[in-house]
Amino acid sequence: MTTTETSEHPVPAPDRAPRGPGRAGPGTPAPVPGLASALVWGAGQLINRQAGKAAFFFAFFAGAVVWEIATGNYYAGMEFTPRSNGGFFVKGLWGLTTLGTQPREMTLTGLTEGDNSIVLMANGLIAFLTLALLAIIWIWSIRDAARYRAALNTGGAAESSRVYFGRIWEGAFAYIVLSPGLILLVFMSVLPVLFGILVAFTDYNRDNLPPKNLVHWVGFENFATIFAVPSWTATFTGILVWTLVWAVLATVTTYAAGLLLAVMLASRRIRFPRMWRSVFLLPWAVPAIVSALVFRSMFNGQFGPVSQWLVDIGLTDERVYWFTDPTQPNLARGVALLVNLWLGFPFFMALVGGVLANIPDSYYEAARIDGAGPVQQFRYITVPIVQRTVTPLIILSFVHNFNNFGVIYFLTEGGPDNVDYRFAGSTDLLVTWLFKLTLDNRLYNIGAVMSLVIFLIVGAISVLNLNRTKAIREL
Amino acid sequence: MAATPAKTGNRPPAPRRGGTVEGRQRVREGVTTALMHLQLLVVAVIVIYPLMWVVGSSFGPGGGLANATPIPENATLDNYIHLFTQTDYGRWYLNSLYVATLNMVGSVALSALCGWVFSRIRFRGRKASMLGILILQMFPSFLTAIAVYMLFLNFGLLDSLTGLALVSIAAALPYNTWLMKGYTDNLPASLDEAAALDGAGRLTIFRRIVLPLMRPMLTFVAITSFTVPWMDFILPRLLLQSNSKQTVALGLFQMITDQYSNDFTTFAAGAVVLAVPITILYIVLQRHLVTGAMAGAEKG
Repeated sequence: MTTTETSEHPVPAPDRAPRGPGRAGPGTPAPVPGLASALVWGAGQLINRQAGKAAFFFAFFAGAVVWEIATGNYYAGMEFTPRSNGGFFVKGLWGLTTLGTQPREMTLTGLTEGDNSIVLMANGLIAFLTLALLAIIWIWSIRDAARYRAALNTGGAAESSRVYFGRIWEGAFAYIVLSPGLILLVFMSVLPVLFGILVAFTDYNRDNLPPKNLVHWVGFENFATIFAVPSWTATFTGILVWTLVWAVLATVTTYAAGLLLAVMLASRRIRFPRMWRSVFLLPWAVPAIVSALVFRSMFNGQFGPVSQWLVDIGLTDERVYWFTDPTQPNLARGVALLVNLWLGFPFFMALVGGVLANIPDSYYEAARIDGAGPVQQFRYITVPIVQRTVTPLIILSFVHNFNNFGVIYFLTEGGPDNVDYRFAGSTDLLVTWLFKLTLDNRLYNIGAVMSLVIFLIVGAISVLNLNRTKAIREL
Repeated sequence: MAATPAKTGNRPPAPRRGGTVEGRQRVREGVTTALMHLQLLVVAVIVIYPLMWVVGSSFGPGGGLANATPIPENATLDNYIHLFTQTDYGRWYLNSLYVATLNMVGSVALSALCGWVFSRIRFRGRKASMLGILILQMFPSFLTAIAVYMLFLNFGLLDSLTGLALVSIAAALPYNTWLMKGYTDNLPASLDEAAALDGAGRLTIFRRIVLPLMRPMLTFVAITSFTVPWMDFILPRLLLQSNSKQTVALGLFQMITDQYSNDFTTFAAGAVVLAVPITILYIVLQRHLVTGAMAGAEKG
């Protein structure tokens, strides 16, 4: 950021036309054009007698300066302050560091226009990213000027700007094709991610909403809140433990059931395996939101058929409130796991089924000749082969379950209530808690901290998984 | 694994050891087989009952949850008529269709181009950007969604279906690009080289040679990116606000959580209308979907 500070003020270009004795002969040492380009972009290229390149680099420099002046208020004739006079870059960086200084106030003339901290922060982020991009071009121009001169000094052939740009253009094909996707990613993913990280260090929440109030930088205060204030810590650890238990059990149960059914369907004793398979695939094919909402209705305490049926057959005296009884948090958790099993086993069944079809029969024949029974065949042939293929998917499934918003939110909405928790119920996962914090309670800063924590956990698992696969080595 | 084709199952003849032993064994086998079928039957009932229950309720005479049954006594289409005349369901359906179509076209086009470039062209910054994509792909999309929500809120960009589609495309782009890149890596490069010798430009090679070969992966990305917006809840819930801009998933959730509307049967009808096309699509294209998921996991 500081490196490009020069571009923010209209510097009276010092001696931009080093024509003088003209041809800077082969004697000029390499750092000279580099230094010149560092001061005024393109000056070094001009010294090297490459006018086209010089114009190219200077255009970026001039463009940035012009943009800053055009968006700013530099000729107002008053005392210069970044807030009222700064342009895109100066005001952006000012906004990013201060988050605004002027709250909205009630005066005699009406409501004054205060600073909107969040808009300032976002604009500042965009200005900062633009500056970073310009800095790359700046470094490119310096390196190009110095290297070209060094090559000339050691007897390299001169290269005209046109040839150089022709070469660059040929190499730029990839960047041009990638640019639409890249622009979309920068604005819809990278920028929000950076923004989310910044919010974790502010006091942006329901008590402090712009444009009415200013938002401030608070350092690690939000992290301290979650990890030091007892009620928050209790909620966080409670939910984290349940999330991990949920993710492990949900993955293990779906995988085990899927494996069992796939092995059964592969058996030659089963009649009509394709018919069974099609039926068992239904929970995977029906949209999860529909199934989860249907189960929510079936397990409705007051009117749901499951409670009614249990009363009818005399198993329970009164209706069971599956998801709303605060004294029975584990009942709700268990039912959620069962529903997840219903939703999740077909995927693993289909996967394992595909693997089984590819295990050569000769393996089993050899095992039979050696006197292995069906259990041993399953234990020593089927399981290892399946495991090797399916392991990455098991890990992916663990990550998916860790963040399984759908099942929990649609089924229980986090309930039953838990008086010990802040803004969370007994079945809430970290994700649903985060969702409630942000959308229902508008605690944006705490939510941002939670996002970071979730990302760190999920990221660590993904990195472990990646190390096992070919992906990294193929980079 | 595919190198060794599975042999057709020819069961080895059971060892014959004399009448009674063989008979006992046959009985035991018969019992096991029966038990296995019984188990499959139990699973099938558990799988089918909830689905039958919601389909049955949707044809049942109107009313609340309490009198919903899997097999209604006097079936009617009232709930479906009610759904399309008394609620905004038709509007929501069109909204979802719009987002889904946009998402499908955008995702397929962008990820195919990016995946191909990453696979076939060596350029400066390639490794760095692929690492960046890998990291972005790990960042769960709803985390970005919450940040996008805060940004859109302050810039007044909320409540736009096109915006929702753009965010969805961006959220899935890193993963889809990985899939496409991995798939293209496995296509023979000799075809490209031959075409290049014949003087074909790079975009021509992509359109005429690589794209047709990528079809299985294109199908996979197309199906997933078309079906996801129908079921997605978090993004639309965050980014859409007005009643006329809802998607089907939002509308259904609202119907069932609304304390004051006691029309479970209308919800059931809506659920069936949403679920039937997607279910058929999944069952018909299951092979594609499972292979695609495998490829994704192997590439990380």
